[in-house]
Amino acid sequence: MLIALFWEKTLNSDLKLKEAALAPADIARRVAREIPAGAVVNLGIGIPTLAANYVEAERGVMFMAENGILGAGPLPEPGEEDKDLINASREPVTAIPGASIFGHADAFAMIRGGHVDIAVLGALQVSARGDLANWTVPGAGKGGIGGAMDLAAGAGGVYAIMTHLMKDGGLKLLEECSYPLTASRVVKKLFTDIAFIEFAAEGPLLREVAAGLTAEDVQRVSEPRLLIAKPLGTMTP
Amino acid sequence: MPEEHASRQDKIWSGSAAAIADIPDGATILLGGFGGVGVPENILVAMADHPAKELTVVTNHAGFGERGLAVLFRQGKVRKLICTYAFHRSAFVFREVYMEGKIELEQIPQGTMAERIRAAGAGIPAFYTPTGPGTQAAEGKESRTFEGREALLEYALPGDVAIIKAHTADRLGNLTYRGTAANFNPVMATAGKLTIAEVEVIVEPGGIAPESVHTPSIYVDRVVLGEDLELRSET
Repeated sequence: MLIALFWEKTLNSDLKLKEAALAPADIARRVAREIPAGAVVNLGIGIPTLAANYVEAERGVMFMAENGILGAGPLPEPGEEDKDLINASREPVTAIPGASIFGHADAFAMIRGGHVDIAVLGALQVSARGDLANWTVPGAGKGGIGGAMDLAAGAGGVYAIMTHLMKDGGLKLLEECSYPLTASRVVKKLFTDIAFIEFAAEGPLLREVAAGLTAEDVQRVSEPRLLIAKPLGTMTP
Repeated sequence: MPEEHASRQDKIWSGSAAAIADIPDGATILLGGFGGVGVPENILVAMADHPAKELTVVTNHAGFGERGLAVLFRQGKVRKLICTYAFHRSAFVFREVYMEGKIELEQIPQGTMAERIRAAGAGIPAFYTPTGPGTQAAEGKESRTFEGREALLEYALPGDVAIIKAHTADRLGNLTYRGTAANFNPVMATAGKLTIAEVEVIVEPGGIAPESVHTPSIYVDRVVLGEDLELRSET
């Protein structure tokens, strides 16, 4: 009886989280608003790349890709693709007026040298102190490092994006990452489908929750103790 | 090496097969390209017909699909792959050969790979980088702390041969690249004991303005006009 009650409660709260969760495009919109005007930004594969669509051109944000372009523009119209112009996700891109192109050695000198302000990266796990795990899962033959370790270590700050929970309900915001690390203490801001969290010296600070949720709802699915911003904002697209 | 090709005045070779004919067994090959762009496709096709084996290949990722580098994996010519991204779902040929235990893998961060190659070309035996402390990339490596920040000791990564792709070459071997097809090519050009460039266009000396040269001729030993310029192994 007790177990049945607990089960029902969990199911109901899972449903609540699911109903409140932001869609990928809406997370991308929220991330885009957090990118300061004039910043140089590197975008990882997936939702991070989507975020570029929601940064208005007049904000003067420069998107760089580690395969050697500073000033990557929108995707080309169908039929307008240039076979020699791609981003790090292997998608055809355009170059905005004022863009520059260079090789890998220069691209990573920019990244390691601290010239790139923000790396927006997908995450698999994030720890209480802002460790990032995003390149592989335990076991042989999965994923790859690519530019993630250099970006995480070298960019001015990492904005990490992930769903708050695994598909099976497992936690991803943890005391310690259990997956192989990409870099230690690098995540400045974490955007999930239900929360926006900033990493302060005192620990993870819950800044916003998805509409319809409370801080307790997010705490229940987060392993580290969250500090709560006052006032706590609503995470809108 | 035939004498006419030893000339610094004309580095143009007749074709891909001829340009790579003397690559020996056990060579370390720096192979340019990223995401299917800037890949020396015609030379890779010629490599499939070349007897060299026990090769070490240094390149960004473990190939995509069935063609290009994947052919060399399938043929068992590559003993070791040094790359930044091994297990993309499109790299299924590499995965298969790796799971059979037939190839050794060293996976390293992309910026570390670029800088190790740059160091080799620039005569720097080793350097410290802040990329990788606390990760699998740090395993077995020396580290030091500079101004409160841990950094890993990384060694130069030279090639016996660099096989690269450029857009335009002059007869002296000056090169230009087009779009993001530069990627690893310019840095690899500096780090091969023998550097072979596949190109799309060949011009006379002076056809590339000096200040527009991306890779100066000093780094380039052989130039070959790609036989099939539409060839794309990774689509």
